[in-house]
Amino acid sequence: MALTTEDIKRIAYLARIEINEQEAASTLTKLSGILGLIEQMQAVDTTGIVPMSHSQELEQRLREDVVTQINQRETFQAIAPLTDSGLYLVPKVIE
Amino acid sequence: MQWEVVIGLETHTQLKTNTKIFSGASTTYGAEPNTQACEVSIALPGVLPVLNKQAVECAIKFGLAIEAEIAPRSVFARKNYFYPDLPKGYQISQYELPVVGKGKLTIQVPASKNTEAYEKTINITRAHLEEDAGKSVHGAVEGMSGIDLNRAGTPLLEIVTEPDMRSAAEAVAYAKKLHELVQWIGICDGNMQEGSFRCDVNVSVRPKGSDKLGTRREIKNLNSFKFMQQAIEYETQWQIETLEDGGKIQQATVLFNPDTGETRAMRSKEEANDYRYFPDPDLLPLVIREEDKARVSALLPELPQALQTRFITDYQLSSYDASTLTSSKALADYFVATVNAGADAKQAANWVMGAFSAKLNAEDKLISESPLSAVQLAQLLKRIADNTISNNAAKQVFEALWAGEGEVDAIIEAKGLKQVSDTGAIEAIINEVLAQNQAMVEEFKAGKEKAFNALVGQCMKASKGKANPAQVNDLLKKKLLG
Repeated sequence: MALTTEDIKRIAYLARIEINEQEAASTLTKLSGILGLIEQMQAVDTTGIVPMSHSQELEQRLREDVVTQINQRETFQAIAPLTDSGLYLVPKVIE
Repeated sequence: MQWEVVIGLETHTQLKTNTKIFSGASTTYGAEPNTQACEVSIALPGVLPVLNKQAVECAIKFGLAIEAEIAPRSVFARKNYFYPDLPKGYQISQYELPVVGKGKLTIQVPASKNTEAYEKTINITRAHLEEDAGKSVHGAVEGMSGIDLNRAGTPLLEIVTEPDMRSAAEAVAYAKKLHELVQWIGICDGNMQEGSFRCDVNVSVRPKGSDKLGTRREIKNLNSFKFMQQAIEYETQWQIETLEDGGKIQQATVLFNPDTGETRAMRSKEEANDYRYFPDPDLLPLVIREEDKARVSALLPELPQALQTRFITDYQLSSYDASTLTSSKALADYFVATVNAGADAKQAANWVMGAFSAKLNAEDKLISESPLSAVQLAQLLKRIADNTISNNAAKQVFEALWAGEGEVDAIIEAKGLKQVSDTGAIEAIINEVLAQNQAMVEEFKAGKEKAFNALVGQCMKASKGKANPAQVNDLLKKKLLG
């Protein structure tokens, strides 16, 4: 699958990363290289192999359902840019 | 053209846990903003999620209750999007390998003007664990939005159906059944006002007989059954009219406005949804073994389906009655209590599903708020069974019990509702009536069957409704024919 500069810009937008034309061009080369590598790997027969979802052969440990966190709002909000009445403030968002 | 509506549901049920799905912060509803938003909830750098055991047990319970396959290994994935109430920039959810696989739920669709009541089995595609987002508060500060992250990280089970429903009534019946089930098995408090149970409804239409699905529009975040019914009906009509006018349906997300009763498309996003799911490297695969399932299974109450079968075999109830009575745990418990207090099962079923449910509905009351106890209802039914009162009189007693006017026997006495079953007394009434209605007697003898019913009516009237109708019938017949 060949990527275009348009694809790169869209991917950057989805990740909210600002890139200029020059960066888009160099990213295109790098990402195309990675896709090329993946294409090569597609040649391997993976029949019967469970797709890897984690690099370690471990399973998820579970936590007991007990409240362990206390209210630290003041501490957390001390480093927030803007707060009001306990709310974090952000530029207005309306759907 | 004849149209058919096709409906599928996605339901977010908030799981009944003390803490969040990936942290030890409390999930209590209604706390001061951000007082339950710990470092994981607000996504401080370097924090890691740790999965809540109770949330996993809730998912297993649900899987067992809908006879679904529970995945021996399921995987958490990141769903990437940007919104201020999602500070990580992604929601932890499950994608390719959900915890609960294919299952099914049998629903009861009530009778309507044009159709009889019927049952239908709805296929459930999957159910997966995920975290809820926070809440945006608008209008508090000019030009700004306030973010409350107390809800961020609250455990949800998203339950997805196949597009199996064919009317708003079926969709509502499914939603109600699911709502009862998740409360029955104790995994969700079912509080719709607080958002513990929210439905997204996918609606499309197609020419009747076609097996190709039409383009769907998704109605988001319905948190009342009434709104769901209205929204689907409006949306269906809108889609049919659009197509009949030669228009096309665009896939879209729509919102329902309860004030206007209309659905309206949300501003279409410039970018199509592209969540770029990938396995979350912060979480290992969730492994569920047979012994986990067995342990959780032992915690489950008797399921509605099993109880339904028991009602049919133990009480000889019809399948429909049994499933109606097991539509909620409270209703089933009330019915069983009535039978255990000595009432005839069939009669108890009729009264619990009939007068009792109607009264609760009319007054918008829960069973737990009923002024009439199961023991009182049983006492009333015993008085019908032993011929102390007629069915009609029982209705009056029922009303009086509901109004809190005392106990069954005292009410019967006070209102003078005791049925006359004494043959002599009834014969006296019949003789009197026959004497006064010679014309009717002649008519009957001339072959007019209707005259007989009129005479029965006269006898009942003469007894002020207290005579045992069956006895009046028998004795009158003997008198006229004998």
